[in-house]
Amino acid sequence: MNSPATISENTQKTEATYGNHNEKLRINNLHAFYGESHILHGIDITVHQGELVTLLGRNGSGRSTTLKSIMNMVGKRSGNIVVNGTETIDMAPHKIAHLGLGICPEERGIFASLNVEENLMLPPNVRSDGMSIEEIYEIFPNLYERRTSQGTRLSGGEQQMLALARILRTGANILLLDEITEGLAPVIVQKLGEVLGLLKERGLTILLVEQNFRFAAPIADRHYVMEHGHIVEEVLASELEAKTELLNTYLGV
Amino acid sequence: MFDINLFALFGQLLVGLINGSFYALLSLGLAIIFGLLKIINFAQGALYMLGAFVALLALKYMGINYWAALIVVPLTVGLVGVLMERFLIRPIANEDHLYSLLLTFGLALIIQGTFTHMFGSSGLSYAIPEALKGGMKLPFMYLPNYRAWIIISSVVVCFSTWWMIEKTKLGAYLRAGTENPQLMQAFGINVPLIVTLTFGFGVALAGFAGVMAAPVYSVSPDMGSNILIVVFAIVVIGGMGSIGGAIITGLGMGVVEGLTKYFYPEASTTVIFLVMVIVLLIKPAGLFGKEA
Repeated sequence: MNSPATISENTQKTEATYGNHNEKLRINNLHAFYGESHILHGIDITVHQGELVTLLGRNGSGRSTTLKSIMNMVGKRSGNIVVNGTETIDMAPHKIAHLGLGICPEERGIFASLNVEENLMLPPNVRSDGMSIEEIYEIFPNLYERRTSQGTRLSGGEQQMLALARILRTGANILLLDEITEGLAPVIVQKLGEVLGLLKERGLTILLVEQNFRFAAPIADRHYVMEHGHIVEEVLASELEAKTELLNTYLGV
Repeated sequence: MFDINLFALFGQLLVGLINGSFYALLSLGLAIIFGLLKIINFAQGALYMLGAFVALLALKYMGINYWAALIVVPLTVGLVGVLMERFLIRPIANEDHLYSLLLTFGLALIIQGTFTHMFGSSGLSYAIPEALKGGMKLPFMYLPNYRAWIIISSVVVCFSTWWMIEKTKLGAYLRAGTENPQLMQAFGINVPLIVTLTFGFGVALAGFAGVMAAPVYSVSPDMGSNILIVVFAIVVIGGMGSIGGAIITGLGMGVVEGLTKYFYPEASTTVIFLVMVIVLLIKPAGLFGKEA
């Protein structure tokens, strides 16, 4: 499963804690439930330091639930979820983020009762080396211009940028991003692609749920394909061309 | 023609503002608890009464004076609230809201019954602190110092609370926690702890009102149940869960009540309910509430 060959390129850029600690996120035999519904049936996923890994699949295949399970936002979960070497399966939801995780939920989760800057400043720092507010406004000048607007008055694209910026500020170095390009104009999708490239350059580890396979392909190191709550395929970036046909069958395009 | 007795009018306005100060403190506590936890706390009146009694007993048996009581009593009553939330309300937090309403209603009856059993239902009195005795002679009225103190301190407490909730980082946690507690947890914020402390704070406001009330109203076990119904009407008029609405409506309804006492005393106990009916008909979400 682990394929060190594909990550060596990125890890050269991110000197620091390589070696045995390069596994940022390891999920084994994860089962997740909402009430009586059994959504995930034994998922195995590993993401290494500095990797950008995508979860591909149709709607309802369990991709968002996988991200939510990592944050303990589901009804019940079992198996193993090791974040930065710490087992989190029995951890209270509010403690997990402090291991260096940040989530950008599918519905974006912008708070209507807070303005843009309050939304941006809301999540507590989980590590000490997050982006400064100046840096964030430099990357997303729109947010600076609209910093006093009510959070939910922003356009969809701006809300998405805010949802992403908010977790960059906290210093999270494992980002869980859920359908960040969904329903956005091409120019904004392109902007988000540039930002992801920048984050990767900085050595952040990213698990990306994506429908838009073309968006993810140029920047991703590996892809997992999900169906009915199972991982059905793992595709390396180098194998992408050869397996395009197979992926299209799974994704139904 | 304009035979308005200014002295009497201002007298009633002052009484109205005093009552309004208590309405504001109590409805603010209710609005905070309802806004964040969606719990209708029927025990708020009993906890206000508890505050007055704790102040009285603390003075009598421990020599804790009025000024110390202003700090100690809200903390004590707040602690009662914290225990209430943690051990009684949280276990039924996921049930229908009717359960917590009935639970707090039952608690109110138990607290009130216990105090009636121990102290009887006739009122006890609490002396006005030495520093606030006497009054000022204004051109149109005589203003007792303690009454001025009630109005000023309750306005200060209410607006600092409003400021804390609307303008600070802590307040942002509260507001966001109301909207999406699950995401707040995923960001690493301990939402259950915030809920407990908020409940404690809302209840501590009732304790504070109790201490303030002890020297002006008689301290009796039913003082809370008498005021609570009016306070609920005020929360409805202001808009359920609206913090600023609770404060402004609380003070405003006190004044309306005072004016009614001057112009048509017979209606003074019903005027607030009349306003409630009119507001519900015209603006069902309340004067300051957000339409659903």
